[in-house]
Amino acid sequence: MNSVSRGVAAILAAGFACFASPLSAQTGDVKVGMITTLSGPGSGLGIDVRDGFALALKDLGGTLGGLKATVIEGDDQQKPDIAKQLADRMVERDEVDVVTGIIWSNLALALMPSLERAEVFFLSPNAGPSQLAGKQCNPFFFGVAYQNDGQHEAMGQHMQSQGIKRAYLMAPNYPAGKDALTGVKRFFKGEVVGEVYTAVGQLDYAAELAQLRAAAPDGVYIFYPGGMGINFVKQFEQAGLKGKVPLFGPGFSFSEDSLPAIGDAALGVMNTAQWSGDLDNPQNRKFVQGFEAAYNRLPSVYAAQAYDTALLLDSAVRKVGGNLADKDALRAALKAADFQSIRGDFKFNANHFPIQDYYLREVVKDGKGRLTNVIRGTVFEDHADPYAAECRM
Amino acid sequence: MNTLLLVEQGLNGLQLGVMLFLMAAGLTLVFGIMDMINLAHGSFYMVGAYLTATFAPLLDSFALGLLAALPLAALAGMAVEMVALRTLYRREHLDQVLATFGLILFFNELVRIVWGPQPIFLSPPAWLAGTVEIIPGVPYPAFRLAIIGVGLAVAGFLYLLITRTRTGMLIRAGASNREMLGALGVDVKRLYTLVFGLGAALAALAGAMAGPILAVQVGMGESVLILTFVVIVIGGLGSVRGALVGALLVGMVDTMARALLPTLLRAVMPPSQADGMGASLASMTIYILMAAVLAWKPRGLFPAHA
Repeated sequence: MNSVSRGVAAILAAGFACFASPLSAQTGDVKVGMITTLSGPGSGLGIDVRDGFALALKDLGGTLGGLKATVIEGDDQQKPDIAKQLADRMVERDEVDVVTGIIWSNLALALMPSLERAEVFFLSPNAGPSQLAGKQCNPFFFGVAYQNDGQHEAMGQHMQSQGIKRAYLMAPNYPAGKDALTGVKRFFKGEVVGEVYTAVGQLDYAAELAQLRAAAPDGVYIFYPGGMGINFVKQFEQAGLKGKVPLFGPGFSFSEDSLPAIGDAALGVMNTAQWSGDLDNPQNRKFVQGFEAAYNRLPSVYAAQAYDTALLLDSAVRKVGGNLADKDALRAALKAADFQSIRGDFKFNANHFPIQDYYLREVVKDGKGRLTNVIRGTVFEDHADPYAAECRM
Repeated sequence: MNTLLLVEQGLNGLQLGVMLFLMAAGLTLVFGIMDMINLAHGSFYMVGAYLTATFAPLLDSFALGLLAALPLAALAGMAVEMVALRTLYRREHLDQVLATFGLILFFNELVRIVWGPQPIFLSPPAWLAGTVEIIPGVPYPAFRLAIIGVGLAVAGFLYLLITRTRTGMLIRAGASNREMLGALGVDVKRLYTLVFGLGAALAALAGAMAGPILAVQVGMGESVLILTFVVIVIGGLGSVRGALVGALLVGMVDTMARALLPTLLRAVMPPSQADGMGASLASMTIYILMAAVLAWKPRGLFPAHA
């Protein structure tokens, strides 16, 4: 299947290359390289990003900043080497103007050097590793979603304000897991009675849940992306812990892409994110309705972030009058972020990461009985990441 | 750590063990009899979970959904055997590994096309959704007890099938000398297809039982496959008894290491360090166990082709 899909992609790309001709700069179109995860266990996130971006293009009439928009898709299969091959090919042969789509931080870090060399802008609709926010911040990188620590910090703050005294923290044993719990502890000042790291990709949490029950904390924070989170929350309920120990987590672990698989076990869980489907602004209402109509499912944070990415690009292209060759002007236009974000207030920090609000959300059932999130409060206003000070740009 | 917690962790280890046994039994049966390494075994696990998650809500019963899913998974297994694997029996193991790896990719894409990229939900039957206090003061998930029961029942069924029935006799004969079996007039081709179907059904049963606990998602078979291979290597390739002992050993050692190591390390180092290092060591224990068993018995605990 892989070689076939790659073959098809190659044929499409080749066909496109003949079509486009070297005159593309004058004929005036914007070429976007959409490198994201479209196969394997992580494909749900990538498909939401692709669909969110596509919906924005549809709403913009197939244009970005008044120029015709072309999206060239590539499936990175969640593998850094494949993402890099795709990026190199899109830059060299397809001559894309920007690259977007990347979900995973390790892939973003792998792509950045060659994109910087080629002077191609990389608008991340999700990945926001601390490296790119701090010492390795980059003039060609824009983190449109969040710096990775943001949601964890917001929940640390919420747990602190709830008066949680004894907290139990759990995450997979890899860099993002440690960063997540560091983010929580940056704002949670109570006692941490357990800081548990589990194997990446672990399926069964029975042993950890027994330990958790024995420790009897006031609250438990989990950072379990994707399938790990689904497993944990289902088992948490089956172990009879739901309702006894409050469960907290980052918004993307309780996002609309995984809620249907967790089922009612997720009901009532508090989580923090920079966006929610019920955010009351015209742009967001249009997005949520449009997404449901187009794809017959509720949008996730990933889809929302990708939609915003397209709006940002649209505003920047318009600002430079379609002259994508002037990289400095384009950078300034991107940095101005002169667009109506569906998440409300949004601006870029000096390190090209967002300064934005973080909301407290609760998992509830909507009118049609589907699980979704509603906002219960604002945790941070205009929150910036702690790494920006280290960025020299 | 108190005794009650230790007993609870013992149950958790047993439950993980019988779960792995359901997977390992089919895989080792196919290897023992056909000398075929089948990496796509995890795909039947995934297919079993997806089919059950589809039928259970339609039939409004987990058990009926399971009953509908298992024959279909067995048929899928037999179809794969007839279409794709039959030509591979006489090839080298490396060829089989490559071809069945291709099947993993095929099944993952097929499931994604049929059911979509988002994970889907499978609930346990209502009467098994809660907890029971088998040990006073410790609520234990009822569904996990059901998994233990089903796993042990399957172990008993396989024991009777292999030692007490004519089919079992043919399976054992096929494992030792397939040419002789063919010469005696047994339809070896059909026997292989049936055994492969049985293996697929066992994997599907494991997947269906895992569905209410785990995420039913594309690629769910891969992570469990690695553990299954560890079980089979420890137990001895081709031996169902080895699969049972290996699975229980791996389930118990893995659970106990995850439960005890961080606590033990806390006695000698600061908590946050102890938790991180305990987790790292715990995820290594089953591989250390495998290395130790192989150093002691290079062909596993109960090798079939001794």
